[in-house]
This record gives sequence, C-alpha cells and structure tokens, in this order.
Amino acid sequence: MATKALALHQTTVGKKAIMAVTGFIMVGFVIAHMLGNMQVYSANPAAALKAYALLLRSFGGGLWVARLVLLGAVVLHAWAAISLVKQNAAARASRYHVKHDAVTSYAAKTMKYGGFVLLFFILYHLAHLTLHIPVGAPAVADEFAVFERMKAGFEVPWISALYILGNIALAMHLYHGVWSMLQSVGLNHRKYNALRKQAAVAVALVVGVGNISIPVAFMAGIVG
Amino acid sequence: MSQTIKLTLNIWRQAGPNASGQFQKFHRDAVSKDASFLEALDEINEELIQKGEEPIAFDHDCREGICGMCGMVINGMPHGPRTLTTTCQLHMREFKDGAEVWVEPWRATAFPVIKDLAVDRSAFDQIIQAGGYISINTGSPGDANEIPIPKAVADLSMDAATCIGCGACVAACPNASAMLFTSAKATHLGVLPQGQAERLSRARAMVETMETAGFGGCTNHGECEAACPKGISVDYIARLNRDYLKAVVVSQTT
Amino acid sequence: MELHSNAPTGPIETAWDRHRFEMKLVNPANKRKFTVIVVGTGLAGASAAATMGELGYNVKAFCFQDSARRAHSIAAQGGINAAKNYQGDGDSIYRLFYDTVKGGDFRSRERNVYRLAQVSVSIIDQAVAQGVPFAREYGGLLANRSFGGAQVSRTFYARGQTGQQLLLGAYQALARQVGLGQVELHERTEMLELILVDGRARGVITRNLKTGQIDTHTADAVVLATGGYGNVYFLSTNAKGSNGSAAWRAHRKGALFANPCYTQIHPTCLPVHGEGQSKLTLMSESLRNDGRVWVPKNAADVTKRPQDIPEADRDYYLERKYPAFGNLVPRDIAARNAKDVCDEGRGVGYPPEREAVYLDFADAINRLGQHTIEERYGNLFEMYERITDEDPYKTPMKIYPAVHYTMGGLWVDYNLQSNIPGLFVAGEANFSDHGANRLGASALMQGLADGYFVLPYTIGNYLARAGRDLAKTPVAEDHADARSAKAEAEGRLKAFLDNPGSHGPDHFHRRLGKLMWEYVGMARDKAGLQKAIEEIPKLREEFHAKVRVPGSGASFNQTLEKANRVADFMELGELMARDALAREESAGGHFRVEYQTEEGEARRNDDDFAHVAAWEWTGKGNTPTRHVEDLDFEYVKLSQRSYK
Repeated sequence: MATKALALHQTTVGKKAIMAVTGFIMVGFVIAHMLGNMQVYSANPAAALKAYALLLRSFGGGLWVARLVLLGAVVLHAWAAISLVKQNAAARASRYHVKHDAVTSYAAKTMKYGGFVLLFFILYHLAHLTLHIPVGAPAVADEFAVFERMKAGFEVPWISALYILGNIALAMHLYHGVWSMLQSVGLNHRKYNALRKQAAVAVALVVGVGNISIPVAFMAGIVG
Repeated sequence: MSQTIKLTLNIWRQAGPNASGQFQKFHRDAVSKDASFLEALDEINEELIQKGEEPIAFDHDCREGICGMCGMVINGMPHGPRTLTTTCQLHMREFKDGAEVWVEPWRATAFPVIKDLAVDRSAFDQIIQAGGYISINTGSPGDANEIPIPKAVADLSMDAATCIGCGACVAACPNASAMLFTSAKATHLGVLPQGQAERLSRARAMVETMETAGFGGCTNHGECEAACPKGISVDYIARLNRDYLKAVVVSQTT
Repeated sequence: MELHSNAPTGPIETAWDRHRFEMKLVNPANKRKFTVIVVGTGLAGASAAATMGELGYNVKAFCFQDSARRAHSIAAQGGINAAKNYQGDGDSIYRLFYDTVKGGDFRSRERNVYRLAQVSVSIIDQAVAQGVPFAREYGGLLANRSFGGAQVSRTFYARGQTGQQLLLGAYQALARQVGLGQVELHERTEMLELILVDGRARGVITRNLKTGQIDTHTADAVVLATGGYGNVYFLSTNAKGSNGSAAWRAHRKGALFANPCYTQIHPTCLPVHGEGQSKLTLMSESLRNDGRVWVPKNAADVTKRPQDIPEADRDYYLERKYPAFGNLVPRDIAARNAKDVCDEGRGVGYPPEREAVYLDFADAINRLGQHTIEERYGNLFEMYERITDEDPYKTPMKIYPAVHYTMGGLWVDYNLQSNIPGLFVAGEANFSDHGANRLGASALMQGLADGYFVLPYTIGNYLARAGRDLAKTPVAEDHADARSAKAEAEGRLKAFLDNPGSHGPDHFHRRLGKLMWEYVGMARDKAGLQKAIEEIPKLREEFHAKVRVPGSGASFNQTLEKANRVADFMELGELMARDALAREESAGGHFRVEYQTEEGEARRNDDDFAHVAAWEWTGKGNTPTRHVEDLDFEYVKLSQRSYK
C-alpha cells in the first residue's frame, strides 16, 4: 500500500504552501509599495517622489536582488496556481447540474481569474511607471519624474479606471489570499483564529483604499 | 394520515461507471411530509419494480445519520438543504409544496459513479490504510488510565473523530478535495498522546495517498465544513497542513 | 445430537487461563500458511480480522457495506461495560459476571460469561491505546456512568457515539493490516454460501455487489461475525442492510441455530409515522431518567393534544404499577407495558394503529430548568425534533418500543466454534453470552471480547490441531464441494431474476415484519405462535411466486440483494416462532402470556427450560429438530427478578 514518497512541490498541500510563502513576499511588497505611494500626499509630492525614486535606484545591486526575488515569487506563485487549477478541474471532471454554494465568497471563487487580471494589470503598471513605455498617457521625459508621470497618466480617465479596477482585484485577491496563506501553512490557533480573517480584511482594505485613493485624488484635483 | 406535498423530482440515472447519465423526471402527487428523503425514494422504487423497471440505486444503511453510507446532492447541496443533517435524516417537510428537486450523485473523479446515485468511496479507505491508525497490536498495552489526557484534548479528539466518512466534504468542495476528511482523522489521532509517535509520518502518508487518489487541493472555500453533517471544522485542515509541512520540510525522520 | 460446551471445568476464576494453556499453538512460521475468512467487519469481525492479521495468519475479510467502517456496530450509542472498578464503587469481574448472568435471566453459560467479564478490562486498555477518545474527567482519567439500571458505574462512553468510536478503532487496526498486506479486504461483497468439505468449513461463496461477480474463496477456517437478525421484523433499529443470511446459510448447511426467539425490544424508539416507514430510530434510554411515561386514562382522549389533557386524566402507568422503580423499570417491562396500554386503545401515535406513549419532560423542566435538560439531552431533543418536527421542550415526546437486538444466534461452544468444525461465530451472530436478555452496554463488550481476545486463541488452537488434516485435503476453487455450493447460490439468484413477479421484496418483507411483530413480538401466546407458523410459510410461497427483481445479476442490483436476504428471513422467522412456541416459559426477551406471575411478570420454568434450545435444519419443508444443551448454575443462584 505504501505509496512512493512525493516531494513538496508534487502535492497540493505543498503547492499551497509554496503559494503561501510567495504570497507572503508579495503581500509584504504591496504593503510597502502602497506606503511609498502615500508620498503623493506630502507637501511637495513631486520632490518627495523623485527623492524616493533616486533612493531606491541608489541601492544598485540590492534593488536587482529584490526585483529577482519578487519575480521569482510571481513565477512560483503562478506556476503553483496553474498547476492546482488544472488538478482541481480534473478532480471534478463531471460537473453538477445544480450547485448551491453555502459559504464561499466571490473573492475565493474568482481567485484564479483575479490572478490573471492582476498579472495583466502589473504588466501594464510596469510598462507605465517603470519601463516608461507610452501606454496611452503623454510621455514624460525625465526618468525620475515619478509624480509628473503619475499625473499625466491619471488625468486620462480610462487609465485611472484601469488602476481602480486593478486595485479592486488586488484587494479581493488579498482578502481571500491573506487568510488562505495562514491556513495553508498551518498557522491556526483556537485563540487567535478569529484574528486571521480580520487581518485579511484589514490588509485588503488598507492596500486597496490606499492605492485607489491616488487616481481618485488626481481626478478630483486633490493632488496635482 | 400525515400531510402530503406535491413534488417534481429530477433524479440522476446512470447505468454504470462508464455510461453517460441523464435526469429522469418523477411527478409525485402525495409525498408524506413525515417521510425521510430515502423513504420517498423507496416509494418510487417500489412503483418502478412493479412496472418491471430498474429502481433508483442509492447507498444507505443505518438510516439514523451515523454510518455515513447515504449521500446525494439535493438541489446543489450535499445531503440537501438542512445543515448538520445526513440525507437519511432529511425529511420531506423541508421542501415546499410543488417544488422541483434535483438529485445528483457525489461528483468527484476520485468517487466514480457505480450506478445512479451510488458512488465508490474506497479512496477514503485507502487514505486510512496508508496511515490513519495508531500502530499497536492487540495485546496488553498497559492500563487505560496510565496516561491521563486533559479533558479538553480528549474532547478535541472526539470532535474530529465524529466524522462519518460520508464524503459530503468532497462533494461540496469546488475542487473535490478530501482535505476535511483526511485532516479530521489526522487530528483525531494527532492530538492524543498515543498518536504522537506517528504523528508526522501519518500526516505525510495520508496526504500522499490522498494526492494520488485523484482528489483536488484545498483552496480554503469552507464549503466542506458547511456541508458536513457532523460540523467538522476546517481548523483541522490547518493542523494537517502544519504537520505535513513539518514532516516534509523540517523533520529529519519522515 | 449431544451438545458439548467444551468449557473447562474446575474453578471458574482460572478456567480461561487454564484453557488457554491447554491449547496447542501454531508455529509463528506456519501461521501464514493458514487462511482465515472473516465475514462481517463490525466490532467482532474487524477486531478478529485485525488481530489474526497481526498474528501472521492470511486473512480475507468481507463486508456488504461500501466500507468496513460502516458496519452497524457504528450505531451503538450508550457505552461499553468493563469491570475496571475505576470508580471504587464495588465493581469487580465477579460482579459483572453475576449481573450479566442474572440480567440474562439465567439462560446463558456461566463460564462464557465469566470470561467475558474477565477480558472486558483488556478491551478498554486496547481501545484507549488505539486512540478511542472515551469521555474523560477534568483530571484526565476516564469517565464512567451507570447504565441500564446497574448499581455500579462501569460504563465507558464516547458521547452518544460509543459504538462508532470503538468501531473506528477496530476498523483502523484492520486498515493497518490491509495496508501491510496481511488482510485482503473485500467491501461490497456478500456471502452467499458456506463451503463444507468433509464436514469442515472450508470457505465461502460470495457475490461482488458492484459487479455481480460470484467468487469462491477457500480457507482453513471461517468466522461469521455478521450481526443479528432483528430485521426479520422489517422495522427495527437495525441498519437496512443488516441481515441473517450468512448465519442462515450456515444453518442450512448444518450449523445449529440457538434460542432464535430471544429478541430484545428497546422501549424508547420513535414511533411509526406511516406505511412508508423504513426503519425505527432509537432514542437513548437515559431519557427515562427524567421523562415521565404516560397515556390518557380514557381512550376517548387519544386524539386530544397532550397539553389539553388535565393531570387527573393522565395515567402514569409505570409509576402506578411499579412504584419502586417507576419509569426506570428494565427494558422489557417498559416495552411490554407500552404495548398493553396501546392494546387497550389508549395509544397516542399516528392513526390508525396509534402505537405510541408520551414521554413527558414538563416536570423535569419545571424542576431543573430547561437549561439542565438541554445540557443532558440537547442532542437527543434535537434529533427528535429533526425527525418528528415537534419540539419536545414544549410537547411530550412520543415513543414506542422497537426490535433492537437478538440474543439468539448460531450455537457455539466455549471456543465460539459452531457444531461445524472450523466454523466460528462471533458477536451478535452467536447466541453465547447474553442469555435471554442483554444488559445495556454489553453488546459492544461482547463483540470486541470475541474478536480481540477469544477467537485469535481458539482459532489458533483449531488450526494447530486440525492443521495436518487440513493440509492433507487442500481445497481449491474447483473442488467439487465448492462448485456445488457456487451452483446452489447461482441457482437461487437466477430464480429471482427469472421470476415474472409483481412486487418488490420490500412489499413481502413488510408483511413478514407485521406477522412477526403481531405474533412473535413483545408478548407471545400459543395460538398466535401457531398462527405465525401457519401464515409464514404461505407468505413465503407467495414471495417466491410473486417477487419481482428487475435488472441483471451481473451488475449492481440492490433489489436482488434484498430478495436474497428476505428469502432467508422468511425461513428464519418461522424458526423463531417455533422456538417461541416450544419454550413454554417467559424469560428475558421472550414473554409468553401464558407464563406470567400474578403481577404480570415473566415466569421462568427452570425445571424444564434451564437450557439452550439449538435447532437443526432438516431440509426444506421439514420440521426442524430441537436439541438441548443443559445449563448449570454453579455460581449464580437461580432467582426470580422483581421490580415491584
């Protein structure tokens, strides 16, 4: 009866753990990123953001290490997700004629689609603000003129809308993902279990509201 | 006699594991509200037999909610609309007069349909055979009171041990995952002092057998817990995840 | 035929030890050369199969359910007795032995019962080591309760699911042996015939219920652990699949059937709701600790709502008739009195039979508060509400007795071996330890005692002694006796499938059940039993002429399974009536109206009936022969019980 031992990456439990660890890295990044973004609300946002960009760039090799870690996390996260989606679909090859979901959330059910939405949003976002490829917004010549580039983009309504939608997807992904991450690596404790869901809601709300506030602020003329 | 209701039942009929299935419609004019769901099917079956047609195949045995043999998806819900209830304990009064009811088998690749509503759940047994036990032989294991077990620990073990192995968790899960079943057994044994010696190896062996049986993975929807007639908690899944990861990543012996 | 118990003589306290010492042992290296078949995977079967697998025998185990974990032992609620004396309240092996013999109304074998009490303590040790989560005290030690009127607290329990937890323990031990390759487990497989070669049990014919395939399995010994036959009544607390076919097939091959008339009726079950009812649900007996049983004084009031019947018009008949014990009288007395008041037309169940009495908690709720009642019985009240849609906190429960357990079964000696060499019978399927009446929380004890601690020894002894003979006559699948057994089974199934017929097997089973309940139920009399002996064969003929089984035999066919089981019930039911007629006394679960004291109590006749009646099959259509094994009572003095 003894089955051949499977390696971590060969089991669904292992894949979920990989998703949890890579997810943790990305959650850390989006929180830090959102906090960095908050400099648009400083007294002199253009100068603050430029200084911030220069600071990051000054890390040189360190910045590239961080970028590679993030890229690795995205790749592993996506690989594990796709592999699980395929296995899960095969496990329910025959579908129900009528199926009533009792407790699961829209966020949980749409994780796989949300993941793709996020991937495309991130690619757009990188093109727009990191690689400076014109993506529908007027070009800004100065490489470190982050604020100006943001302003140029967010004054185009569809770009703002894209960012808002992208961040709604992010918040939903975080809402299910943060709780799920704790569950997948077995971080549960009767005394603190209630906190896990609350933490997920808090992370999703803070990151989502923080990020969405920026295009809204630009459009409303609060900043700019 | 007791009150009756009118129902239209659409019941999945499938001749064998590889046959394609379809719904058969049954118009019932007077279903007793006091009848259990299975008794309502018994009645249809007797009529089918009298007509020389094959009756609806469905698994059932104790009909008091403990053996775990019965189970069908009723209106999209494993064991039907009432929570914490097996199909055999579901009564027809749960349905509105004139309602249309859809009845399907557990659908999971790991649970192939045998016939109509009966499915093969032997994958569950394989998971237990791989390690869902404490390895002791019959003999003289020492006095039962030698190891005191805190009441709260014994209660936790018992909570997990109430699983009846019906498979509603798999049926409800969007991924047809067997994590609730597997984790309930791993928790039942894993929290007891007697179960410590094999705790990590047990978790690993059970998870690996589950993986190869064709179940999906847990993506934390919680549908299993909602469908479970015994209210088994998804907390046990986190425990199993933890033990499995310890076994694979941390332990030097498993 | 002379029946020998083969029980060791001499002091009872050391009888089992001495007996074990006198046994021959099988060399460890030779064990794997022997194959043992175990039919049934309940407490007795699973524990026997697991233990013999651990010892090194080749074991083949069979169950008709889709998993060994679902055998009906799983439904036992209350608990398991063991003479641990953890509570220091005066319990001992001797006291458990004494209580069991007395509770069985002096119709069991003293030495068997003593051994049962002895090994009871090991069962608890074994179960705890397996991880059975018994209830515990705050200090971490095992909790006990008093059960079924016992004066000591010796019952171990796991909430209301003791049977489930003990079975899971045995099932896990069995699963471990399956995983190790020591036990070959066949689920969804039913035994159809016993294979006899040179008078020894050498295998079984089975049907794979999933595919319909009929197979021959040969072995050196066969264990039947196939449970009781309460489903002869159609409505009982047994699982729907529980059946007497394995035992009956063995009986037809020569195994004696002992005391078939001893049936236990449980007083607190949910009443029948209508024609379509398929089974009866047990409510724990503990409810009688706080509930008061009553019916209206006047038959005219039975249609009124209970709350509209004033106190003065209620008859708390148990409290009235048995002031000392009141609502806590033993099971059989509570059950019979419920029948009596319903027969008088004062039952309050569903029309037209109206078979139910009230179990009222209003006083207890007033006295103790709803909270306390909820704590004690919350899950039971919820279960009641789920099934009946009535709230027992507001309106009294309705209860009625139901067939629950059968003390009779295949005759076995002290080694649990039937009169067919190599055929062993364990658990509810044998007749051995409960006499005419089983005490609460003793069924689980007996099943596990047989499987873990008796059979592994006695089968070893049989194999060691018979080994040379068995080796001389190896039985292959194509042995003439195996082929004829297979042909017999196939012929029987074919007859059902070929029958034009008009009704399903349930139709006839229901009618058999009604006959049995009416004439061989809680209270029996000569005329009724004679009527049953007359009517059952007629019904049996009608069944064989008119039963309809659609579909084929070569696939999953539940109607065919049922028809095959009902056919055997039709014969077993008649034997029960014959046994009840021949036993001209009342004892335990067998109450003959003609034999009662002036107070309406069971009156035993120890001069003529202190014996086991073991029936021999003499061929279809012939009257079976009644053999007798006399019972001696050296230790427990014969006495009449009284609950006044």
